Amino acid sequence: MNGYNFAYLDEPTKRMIRRAILKAVAIPGHQVPFGAREMPLPYGWGTGGIQVTAAILGADDVLKVIDQGADDTTNAVSIRRFFSRVAGVETTTRTRDASVIQTRHRIPETPLRDDQILVYQVPLPEPLAKLEPSRAETKQMHALADYGLMHVKLYEDIARFGHVTISYDYPVMVNDRYLMSPSPIPAFDTLKMNRMPALQLFGAGREKRIYAVPPYTTVRPLDFDDHPFALIRAPHACTLCGATNSYLDEVVTDDRGGRMFICSDTDYCADRRGDAASEGDAA
Amino acid sequence: MTLPLLEAHDLQLNFGSIRALDHVSMALWPGEVLAIVGESGSGKTTLLKVLSGSESPDHGQVLYRDPELALHDVHAMAAPRLRALHRSDWGFVQQNPRDALRMGVSAGGNVGERLMAQGARHYGSIRSSALDWLREVEIDPQRIDDLPRTFSGGMLQRLQIARTLATHPRLVFMDEPTGGLDVSVQARLLDLIRSLVSRLGLAVILVTHDIAVARLLAGRILVMRRGQVVETGLTDQVLDDPQHPYTQLLVSSVLQA
Ligand SMILES: [Zn+2]
Repeated sequence: MNGYNFAYLDEPTKRMIRRAILKAVAIPGHQVPFGAREMPLPYGWGTGGIQVTAAILGADDVLKVIDQGADDTTNAVSIRRFFSRVAGVETTTRTRDASVIQTRHRIPETPLRDDQILVYQVPLPEPLAKLEPSRAETKQMHALADYGLMHVKLYEDIARFGHVTISYDYPVMVNDRYLMSPSPIPAFDTLKMNRMPALQLFGAGREKRIYAVPPYTTVRPLDFDDHPFALIRAPHACTLCGATNSYLDEVVTDDRGGRMFICSDTDYCADRRGDAASEGDAA
Repeated sequence: MTLPLLEAHDLQLNFGSIRALDHVSMALWPGEVLAIVGESGSGKTTLLKVLSGSESPDHGQVLYRDPELALHDVHAMAAPRLRALHRSDWGFVQQNPRDALRMGVSAGGNVGERLMAQGARHYGSIRSSALDWLREVEIDPQRIDDLPRTFSGGMLQRLQIARTLATHPRLVFMDEPTGGLDVSVQARLLDLIRSLVSRLGLAVILVTHDIAVARLLAGRILVMRRGQVVETGLTDQVLDDPQHPYTQLLVSSVLQA
C-alpha cells in the first residue's frame, strides 16, 4: 500500500517536528509552536506525545508507554499497540529496557539514563494560562522572564492555607530562565526532572506546542526562600512491595472502606517483588 | 544643577483631523509634582500616554534620565525595557483602580506582586512589606488577606497606590486619581497622596480636570487646550494670576462651583 510510512507520520512532517524538537532542546523550557497533525486518536489521548515519539523513533528503539505509572491502562496499551503496528518497534514494560518512554502523568521511579528519552503527553503547556488568559501577555512574561504572577499564586496559597497547595503540574524554572509546566505529574515527581540524564521532551497536541529539557539541565520548583518546595507523599509503605520512597496510589479494596496503598509505578513495584510478570511484553 | 528626570520635545500627534498634541514640550525635575490640567478633549490624557510610552507621537521625543543619568528615548526603547521600567523606576496610578488591581488576588498579593516581579523571594519579607504599605495608605493591616472586591472605592484607590509604591518608583504617573470618588473620600485621598509624595520625594505627573486637585498637590502646572499648552508655571502663580483667557475661565469656573 502506498499510504504506509514508518511510524505513521510522513517524512516531511517528521522533519518539521524534529526541527521543533531541536529548537526546543536549544532553548530549554521554551514552548515551540509546531504544525500538529491529526492523529488517529482523540485529543486527550496524548496526540502531542505520540507525534513527538513518532518523530524520534528509530527501528531499533524499544518503546515503553505508561499512563499514571501503569503500562496496562487502555490509553497506554492503545499507544503501544499503535506504534508496534505502524513502526514495528519492540515494546516493553520494563523501564530499564526502554530507549523511549512515553508517559502520561508520571515519571518512572527507576532512575533514567542518558541513553533514554522521556516523552511527556501535555494537555496544557502554558503554566501561566490559569492566571493570565491572554496569550500575548503570557508570551511577554516569558520573553521578559517576568514570573511575578506565578509567585503571586504561591503567595496566595501560603497566605490562605499556610503552604503551597499545588499537588500536580507544579510550576518549575528550567535552566533558571523559563517557567515550565511539567505536565500533570504529581509534585512528588518534580525533583526527578532536575539534572536528569535522559532527554525530556514534551508534546501538546491540541495546543500545538513542543518543549524540552536537555540532559543534566537544572529544573527547580518555584518556591520561596522561607517556604521551600516540599515533597508530598502519602505516609505509608507500598502494601505489595514495601517501598517507602515511591509514589503511591490509594486503592479501595472493598465496599466497607477497606483500602491499601500501592506503588503507582507498576513496573517498579513488580521489579521490587521480583515478579516475572514485569518481564513480559504487554504488546 | 539637577537635570530633568523626564523631558518632552515638540510632541505632535494627530488623530485624523484632530490635533491631540500640538508642539508640546515640557520637563519634570526629580521630586517635583507637575499637574496637567484641562477639560476633556484638551489632550491631557493623550499627553500622559505619550509621556509614559503607551502611545507614540507622530513627531517629537520623550527622554527619561535614569539614576545613572543616562538618557533614554522612551519611544525608541525595546518593549521589554520599557515594561521593565514601568515595573521598577516608574509607577502608574489609574483613575479606576479595578483596571490596575487583580480583583481575585488578596490585598497583600496585590501589593506584593511588583516586589515578586522584581525578584523578591522571601515570603515573610514580602508579607511584612505589604503590611507596611497597607498601614502607609491607611488600610487596616488585618485586611491583608481580603479580596479587593470587599473594599470601598476609596480603599481600592489607596490599595492601588500601595501596590504602585511598593517598589519605590522615582516617577509616578497619575490619571485623575481622585476621579469618581465622593468629595469627603477625595479629600482624605488627596491628603494621603500629598504626604506620601513629599515624604518619599516622588516625582509625579498628574492629570486632572480639577483645578483644586492641582492646587493641592502640584508645585507646577501645565494648562492644556486643544492639544496645546496655553500656560505653564508655578501652580500658585498660574492660578492666582492666570494670563491666558482659557486659564482665567478654568479658574473662575472653580470659584463659582
Ligand atoms: Zn510497590
